[in-house]
Amino acid sequence: MTKIILSKSLILYFCTIKFLTMIKIFKTSKNVIVNIDTYLDNVELGILNFKEGVNHYLNGNVQEFENNLKIIEELERKADSIIRKIENDFYVYSLMPNYSSDILNLLEKVDDIIDKVKDNLSQFDVEAPYFPEDLKNDFSRLVSLSVKSAENVIPAARVFFTAPNLVKDKLQKVMFYERETDKLATKIKARLFKEMDFLKLSEKIHLRYFTLHIEEVSDASEIVAKMLSSLVIKIKM
Amino acid sequence: MFLFFLSSGLFLGWSLGANDAANIFGSAVGSKMIKFSLAVIIASIFVILGSLLQGSGATHTLGKLGSVNAIGGAFTVALCAGATVFWMTKLKLPVSTSQAIIGAIIGWNFYSGNPTDIKVLGKIMSTWVAGPILGGIFAILLYLLLKTILNKSKIHLIKLDAYLKYALIIVGAFGAYSLGANNVANVVGVFVPSVPTIVLDFGLFTLDGIQLLFLGGGVSIALGIVTYSKKVMMTVGNGLMNLSAEAALVIVLAHSMVLFIFSSTSLSNAFQSIGLPAIPLVPVSSSQAVVGAIMGIGLLKGGRGIEYKVLGKISLGWIATPLIAGFVSFMSLFFMDNVFKLTVFQKGIDNTKTLSKITSSTIENSSLSSINLYQPLLYSAIIILVIIIVILGIKLLRNSVKFKDDQSQDILIKYESQEKLLKKELQKVNEDNVKLEKEIDFKRKEQMDIALNIINKNRFLEKLKSKIKKIIDKPESEKEELVRLKTLIVDNLSLDKDRERFNVYVNELNRDFYFRLLSRYPRLTENEQRLCSLVRLNLSSKEMASILNISTKSVEVNRHRLRKKMHLKRKENLTELINKL
Repeated sequence: MTKIILSKSLILYFCTIKFLTMIKIFKTSKNVIVNIDTYLDNVELGILNFKEGVNHYLNGNVQEFENNLKIIEELERKADSIIRKIENDFYVYSLMPNYSSDILNLLEKVDDIIDKVKDNLSQFDVEAPYFPEDLKNDFSRLVSLSVKSAENVIPAARVFFTAPNLVKDKLQKVMFYERETDKLATKIKARLFKEMDFLKLSEKIHLRYFTLHIEEVSDASEIVAKMLSSLVIKIKM
Repeated sequence: MFLFFLSSGLFLGWSLGANDAANIFGSAVGSKMIKFSLAVIIASIFVILGSLLQGSGATHTLGKLGSVNAIGGAFTVALCAGATVFWMTKLKLPVSTSQAIIGAIIGWNFYSGNPTDIKVLGKIMSTWVAGPILGGIFAILLYLLLKTILNKSKIHLIKLDAYLKYALIIVGAFGAYSLGANNVANVVGVFVPSVPTIVLDFGLFTLDGIQLLFLGGGVSIALGIVTYSKKVMMTVGNGLMNLSAEAALVIVLAHSMVLFIFSSTSLSNAFQSIGLPAIPLVPVSSSQAVVGAIMGIGLLKGGRGIEYKVLGKISLGWIATPLIAGFVSFMSLFFMDNVFKLTVFQKGIDNTKTLSKITSSTIENSSLSSINLYQPLLYSAIIILVIIIVILGIKLLRNSVKFKDDQSQDILIKYESQEKLLKKELQKVNEDNVKLEKEIDFKRKEQMDIALNIINKNRFLEKLKSKIKKIIDKPESEKEELVRLKTLIVDNLSLDKDRERFNVYVNELNRDFYFRLLSRYPRLTENEQRLCSLVRLNLSSKEMASILNISTKSVEVNRHRLRKKMHLKRKENLTELINKL
């Protein structure tokens, strides 16, 4: 009888301690999940604001362009703050010790996308490039393609955490839009240097760099896509 | 005396804990899912609980095989089993403590003339094969179940990580409990027939001799886990193949289930009640159960990662370990009996009576000694607490003193480094000064050169002038040209431009000197200052006259006037004084 009482009381005691430990582990995990979602939301909004910002610039809507720029700067700052919190939680609470460095690396590469869009839009503001009318449509389409590549990589990153099997399907679009962006960028550069004799060389070179900046957004998305692809294989193994 | 003989069993328990803890928490700790400190605490507590609450089942079966009825014999048997395990581990052969103890008991049976129950032995040996096989089957079933759950649930990876951590803790606790319940028989099973009949009253509960024995066995296993298992966990953690957290969970659970099944009396009774044969309650090798589980998962993945060599070695161990342990036990018992005259067995004692000790936990015999430990324990606890508080206080005091020392040390180091820095700065400044002085010397030399240049030029032109005068005096030469030449030379003799340049140069170079000179002798005129700078160059009066375009006599007079203005005594040297400035 005594044995039974002793064993039951001890088991109850240890169960209580385990329960409390369990609550802490789950609370931390929940916070990290929420932070990752918020972070990806910020990056997505940043990308959309970038697209709108460039279009407003091309159309001469200064007020809206500046508004987009402010929003992107704010979103980029928030994203940096969130990613630092996520990194801290991963290391302090030893979350996913086998994959933590890979996941944090992935999130850093996603951060590169919002950094790039913010820098690009700032350059529009600072350098005020001149876009001839003939080129505006092409440029608008270039931005659209590049942003689509980035837009498709964010859902892929989201689904990686819940259903890694579905990541591969989403990555196809990223690669497609990245290729299309490269093609259009080359076409624009060719038009600039071969057809637009009325532009000065400095203006051509200026626009060529802006084409490159837009391309870099899709390149950054491609890097994220490749990382996702290799991470999925690693986790499956 | 009993405690001395029990030491061999406790040592066996310690080595069991050190080696087998890795089977429970090795993968979890090795992959950093769980901290080592947490794993050790959980494993120790649950091993003790398992030993105390469920250790009797497997011990009963060992008793049926051979009830070692003398403490000397029990000591020797446990020692031989331990030595076999130690020696085979050194040779890096897979060895099971359970198989070693069985072999040692059979050795005692041979020596004491006690017949070995072949039926019981058969049952025991069948569990050696059944253990790894069951481990494999459980692992396969659990793995498939877990995979299905994970595929269907679409759980977030981070949440899954949290669930796995928690599951590893629970399963680890269960594994430790099963390890204690199943393997405590290896540690103290042979001592049960010789345990003194004693009851300790702890106030809230009582423990009899056998329960105390199991408690001691459990504590020795826990000590092994605490003191030595880290090394094994960190190196052997992932065993035969790289394990993910999910695979580690499945393997530990499968292993724990095997050990639990072979030590649970209630489960065995439940099987019997439904008409199935009773489960033999036998100590099973923890490592071999893990090997079986890992092989099961390997088979599931298409036979990848199965190490057939290891399988072969394990099979060899089933035969070699009991044989070696039996032989060593037999020889040691002979040695103990005949050399040390230790009683290793007692003739004519009914083994069934000693076996009934294990099954019954109620004390009926009134002649048994009962010791009330409540008050002594309470007082001991209070004394220990006071000692701990005193020690903590002393430590705190020492720490604060040490902290102060460290602080002052830090300040000292800081000042020393500041001092070094200042010295270096001073050195640098001195070096700069030396450089600047060298530069000044160089400039002075240049200045001297210019002055000498002027003087030489003057001399040359004087000579030229005198020669030309001679030519003019001679009537045959062209007078006009020569007169012109003379005029030119006379013009050049004034050397105003050179002088001007020289003066500018002197003023520029001697600015600091003029400042110091004026601060000391504010009434000096510009010419007097210039004279001082020429004196500083150690030029003679003649050279000075040439530079200043005055006569040597004028230079002497100016020097005299300067001495008067500077209030110099007759013995004082003007050049020396100016150089000191």
